[in-house]
Amino acid sequence: MTQQARFPSPYDLAPPPGAEGWKDLYPYYLTFKDKLRSEEDAKFWFCDAQHWPSPFKPFDAITVEFAVKCLGQYNTRHYLVPPANGVEYRIHNGYCYMSPVAVAPELIADRVPQFLERAGHYFQNWHSLLENWDKKVRANIADMETIHFEALPDAVPIEWIKGGVGLDNTYALTENYDRLIQLLYKTWQYHFEFLNLGYAAYLDFFGFMKSLFPSIPDQAIAKMVQGVEVDLFRPDDELKKLARLAVELGVDAALATGTVDEALAAVGQVTGGDVWLKAWKDAQDPWFNFTSGNGFYSDDKYWIEHLDLPLGYIRDYIVRVKRGETIERPTAKIAAERDRITAEYAELLDDDARAAFEGKLGLARTVFPYVENHNFYIEHWSMSVFWRKMRELGQILQQAGFWHDANDIFYLTRQEIRDVIFDYGNGWAVGAKAAGPDYWPDEIERRAAIMKALATRPPQPALNEPPAVITEPFTIMLWGITTDRINAWLGGDDREGHITGMAASPGLVEGRARVIRSASQLDEIEEGEILVAPVTAPSWAPVFGRIRAIVTDVGGMMSHAAIVCREYGLPAVTGTGTASSRIQNGQMLRVDGTTGEVTVLS
Amino acid sequence: MSAFDARNLSGIAYTIPFDSAGPDDFERMGGKGASLARMTAAGVSVPPGFSVATEAYAEMLRADGLGAEIDALMAKLDIEDVGDQARTSDAIRAAITRRVMPQAVEQAIRAAYAALSAPFGGDLAVAVRSSATAEDLPDASFAGQQDTYLWVVGADAVIDRVRACWASLFNARAIAYRARNGLGETNVLMSVAVQKMVDARAAGVAMTLDPVTGDRSRIVIDSAFGLGEPVVSGEITPDNFVLDKVLLEIARRNIAHKDFELVVDRASRCTVERVIEPERRSQSSLSDEDVLAVARLAKALERQMGCPQDVEWAIDRDLPPGANVVALQSRPETVWSRKAATRPKTAYATGIEGVLGTLLSPVQIKH
Repeated sequence: MTQQARFPSPYDLAPPPGAEGWKDLYPYYLTFKDKLRSEEDAKFWFCDAQHWPSPFKPFDAITVEFAVKCLGQYNTRHYLVPPANGVEYRIHNGYCYMSPVAVAPELIADRVPQFLERAGHYFQNWHSLLENWDKKVRANIADMETIHFEALPDAVPIEWIKGGVGLDNTYALTENYDRLIQLLYKTWQYHFEFLNLGYAAYLDFFGFMKSLFPSIPDQAIAKMVQGVEVDLFRPDDELKKLARLAVELGVDAALATGTVDEALAAVGQVTGGDVWLKAWKDAQDPWFNFTSGNGFYSDDKYWIEHLDLPLGYIRDYIVRVKRGETIERPTAKIAAERDRITAEYAELLDDDARAAFEGKLGLARTVFPYVENHNFYIEHWSMSVFWRKMRELGQILQQAGFWHDANDIFYLTRQEIRDVIFDYGNGWAVGAKAAGPDYWPDEIERRAAIMKALATRPPQPALNEPPAVITEPFTIMLWGITTDRINAWLGGDDREGHITGMAASPGLVEGRARVIRSASQLDEIEEGEILVAPVTAPSWAPVFGRIRAIVTDVGGMMSHAAIVCREYGLPAVTGTGTASSRIQNGQMLRVDGTTGEVTVLS
Repeated sequence: MSAFDARNLSGIAYTIPFDSAGPDDFERMGGKGASLARMTAAGVSVPPGFSVATEAYAEMLRADGLGAEIDALMAKLDIEDVGDQARTSDAIRAAITRRVMPQAVEQAIRAAYAALSAPFGGDLAVAVRSSATAEDLPDASFAGQQDTYLWVVGADAVIDRVRACWASLFNARAIAYRARNGLGETNVLMSVAVQKMVDARAAGVAMTLDPVTGDRSRIVIDSAFGLGEPVVSGEITPDNFVLDKVLLEIARRNIAHKDFELVVDRASRCTVERVIEPERRSQSSLSDEDVLAVARLAKALERQMGCPQDVEWAIDRDLPPGANVVALQSRPETVWSRKAATRPKTAYATGIEGVLGTLLSPVQIKH
């Protein structure tokens, strides 16, 4: 890499017009400070557009803070991962930039015995600890479900008076809000309890295979490790089951048209309709706690709150079932293919290497179900409940006149919401006006305009000068950021119409591009198109039956898009950096998921 | 009594098609024939053909006192006298080639040749090769195994060449070698392989590892239009394909500019170099489907042989799609196999020690 090859400094990246003042929308500790310029510019930052592809509202910063802080704590304080601490993070112009923190070389050796004891305990007791995790997470979700926000009544309940409670209703409001935030904090601590170790074990197997077979495709390694029955695919499987059941029961015609309510009412009129409606109801908890976003945004739509989404997918599946297609995932075939690939690599090894292969693969397969499944329990299920509860609070404050729409609450930071709750209770208690209704609507409008302006400009893939080589294991594994990738971003490969990324899922296809920037555009996708997006979520799976391939700006081998594409047998090229801004709707593309190349044909 | 009289040959088939040979037949087909039959049995296509079994040769020796005549000539041989070796060799070979083949044997060969030719219409051009059974000879050429006759057309010519192959077992060096090492003539029986001449649309070589890195998870294919000799000899720059062996995906392709091709001239029963028309020069000599078929062929050979292989293959334009990719020859790959054998043993850490090692050593993922 040449000396000049560097990304811009954040200090030279002014906000887009209309976004001035954006920094005040986020906590003080999340933005680049002028005073620290030389210190901050000495670090290399990459944009995490994989998890946060678009600017996020002030409240939504909570997902960045909790996720990345908790990722760090496990490396730094729980397991003492010898070479790696956490990841520093900043918000700039509405996007999130990361910088991994290495452990000073002289301190690494001292951490080794502690790591062996701490992480060793987890590896040795993986299954029992994971069972415990499952209980903790379900209990945490149940706790969140018990939280209810209620509007303040005209008077404190008479029972409280007679019982000598001595508190008013505002106390519970504040307490519930704080409790909800704390439960979310717990959610994210749990999220990383197993994840870093899981990735590390996977990485060990990955590196071992690369050393034995320098050209082994990443996806071959992934295929050997991936599970067959994966909870992450359950929601989609449930829709498929419901589609098939509808056809079997003959209620498919009743489902075919109208709004959700109309369709469900029509099904209720048909013989067998009650059976289907019960199945529909049963599938919802927990499997409709599933979002077509990625769980990190307050405006992610969860099926359970938007039943038109799962119903739409079911309608698509019904059409395919009636065409005689097999819509179910070919699990037997996937399992057989996994066994074949594993056996063939084993066959190419000598006895010593084969013993190590079996050991490392065994560990990788032990830990990997967590890597695949946690996503449902955290990003989908837990976050579904969390956002729903927050909207409940937003609704109450909207009714109290603080803003026009329940979702406006997300234009406030989480600390400001505490203030608003006090303001609301204060006005109620004093018997006078709260201040918020005269302040927040205008302020929210101003903030919304800033957010809109921020969204007009895509993020820089990275900031400042990259290191000569990327060696930080989590950066490579979780974000797919390698020295090669960075060189490509810097223009090492700027041939016209030629885009390279990670070969995430094999296969070669041609088709028309459909550029999708958010889940709300998913219905624009037409049969046989190639989906081009900044990032995809596994919950986009229901449209995978319609598309030929996927190209994303960000994402590594184990990114959700990669996992799902391999599952669906779709070619995928991830981590291209810029594909979604360089490719136009309707262009003919050739996508080679085996080599990681995308060619714009016309 | 001749050494050959002891055999009771009644009821034995004198010819064995490659694709219907069973394990019991292999020893009757000689090294080359058995190898072709084994490949066929393992799902590796080879140009179709048949073996003239060792019993046919034995029958020839038995009939008309040929065996006794050979025994007598050999008994008189002075193994230290090079001139005598040559004279004995000439005499034995003349004794074989001037004799008429036993009728049952001749009829069997005619029938097998007719059956082989039938799908192609008319007499098929074949290669006739000797295939000795003495696999333990340190230098196979002493046994006369290298005798090969190409572009043989018609039953009479085939019969003539089969006899010539039998005779080749008695070249001067071979008989001296056997005599010196006490290998009686009964220890060496001769089979003959009769195999369709390939009329290749494309041909080349395939290696079941990456010759640059030694990566055994790759298959590398060189290919050109026409017959494979120019690829093997390096006269032309071939198309190059790199595949992942396990996933059977094409990872890389490099299509070369190809000026000429070596093709079959049926009229003159030989091969000729032909200039490739301009519009075809930069086209791939293989479709993706062809590439995968060649890779599957190489992979099957490696599995059968149990070690990395260097395979010569061709796509025969006379054969139906699906059965037209054939192996001509396969040898163990030597360079990397030798390196692997001398490489010091690596100690691999597994479990948490392995994880720790991975976290501590810089990880690089190449794309």
